[in-house]
Amino acid sequence: MAPLSSAGYAVAFAARAIREIFLPPYEIKETARQLYEVGWRSLPLIAVAGFAVGIVLSMHTRASLERFGAEALIPAALMLALVRETGPLVVGLLVAGRVGAGFGAELGAMKVTEQIDALEAVAVDSFKFLVVTRTLACMLAMPILTTVMNFTGIIGGWLAESAISGMSFEAYFRSAFSVVGFADYVPGTIKTMVFGYIIAITACYFGVHTRGGTQGVGYSATRSVVTASILLITANVVLVRLIFFLFPETTG
Amino acid sequence: MSAGAPAVTGVRLEHVSKAFGALRVLDDVSVELPAGEATVVLGRSGTGKSVLLKHIVGLLHPDAGRVFLGDQDITALAPAALAVARRQIGFLFQNAALFDSITVAENVAFPLRRHTRLPEAEIRARVEEKLAAVGLADAVARMPAALSGGMRKRAGLARAMALEPSVLLVDEPSAGLDPVTSEEIDDLLVRVKRERGTTLVVVTHNIPSARRIGDTLLFLHEGRVLARGTAAELERSEHELVRQFMHSEAGG
Repeated sequence: MAPLSSAGYAVAFAARAIREIFLPPYEIKETARQLYEVGWRSLPLIAVAGFAVGIVLSMHTRASLERFGAEALIPAALMLALVRETGPLVVGLLVAGRVGAGFGAELGAMKVTEQIDALEAVAVDSFKFLVVTRTLACMLAMPILTTVMNFTGIIGGWLAESAISGMSFEAYFRSAFSVVGFADYVPGTIKTMVFGYIIAITACYFGVHTRGGTQGVGYSATRSVVTASILLITANVVLVRLIFFLFPETTG
Repeated sequence: MSAGAPAVTGVRLEHVSKAFGALRVLDDVSVELPAGEATVVLGRSGTGKSVLLKHIVGLLHPDAGRVFLGDQDITALAPAALAVARRQIGFLFQNAALFDSITVAENVAFPLRRHTRLPEAEIRARVEEKLAAVGLADAVARMPAALSGGMRKRAGLARAMALEPSVLLVDEPSAGLDPVTSEEIDDLLVRVKRERGTTLVVVTHNIPSARRIGDTLLFLHEGRVLARGTAAELERSEHELVRQFMHSEAGG
């Protein structure tokens, strides 16, 4: 397939998933199963990563703010960095790795063993059953996972800070939440729904178009992760710009 | 559908052509597969036998020509209508194509759960009945990966028969089976045809099996129907290849 027509085909694939989320029949049971796979089973990874990211961010924030004698702002600065950008992006990349590879390989294996054809042969709409359910599950799971990462990140940040300055949990939280408002939290978190969409669509696309046996399954998993990650990082540029445009108060 | 009302759905291909790239797999094939009869499709490997089956269930779309299920042209159906038409068809894939994330019993129950409102007890009874018919009563709780090739094939047949379809398409039922089991499967197919009036289309390389099952034998060669008739007629065919084919494995 020529690159251009194949890009057009991929866009049509992505648009179809959005449209069909809203069209019955709703595969509620299968969506719930995917939500469990994507959301619940990613929780340990996200929680631990958030904790570690929080500690590292805290150390860097302290190192930077100390130079200006602004140690009092450490919790607030960390919270802003985490909630606005670091949390959403790290969750996006981690899920692109874990879930993207999973979808790409699983659907790829189903494709090469004719299980997708078998679904069609028993009169099941395979796009709806496999792609739409995974897309919806990813979009729903991402904001929740991001919130978890923000939370464990703050805990990690406090631990790192209290180890140095002995700051109490309560004081740290009060300081952290003093500057962060709804306008910081909501756009960054909603943004992760777009990340979820990008990850699921990319991985499902490569998965259901897998060719050539075991090797093809490997390629699909790899391509899913690489493509989803790069799409996510570049889409983020546009999304951040868009958020600053739609929520001017967040630039202040 | 009750056992007392035999289904009468025949299949007809009209001028069907299909190519994959430069490879012409079906070349203007017109053939009638009569309702309630068993047609066995013979031919050397790679002559489009599986491709023919996949056209009947609408998994492949002909480049030219039409495919009729009863009096319905399935090549002209929208996806939703095609899904409805497919419920009359059972399809056993060459590699069985069992859903490998669920158990054997769940595989057989899958079409029933999707397309009937049978109570759970009845679904379980139907699943046990179908699995017993293929000699897999003990394998209900096993995962497809834990089955031998022959067992997978039989489980696939049980799934194909779950909805008691009026057309049963079977791709190489005896591949991977010992001669005794293979004969049992043949007998089962013949019984299903006789008792339910099911239209059978069976692809096989096994000549004894073809004789047992087939009312009509169809010999495909280079994308065309080279010969058609009873086993006795094909043995006296004007084409040497057909005669050779019928005799070479006749003792096997």
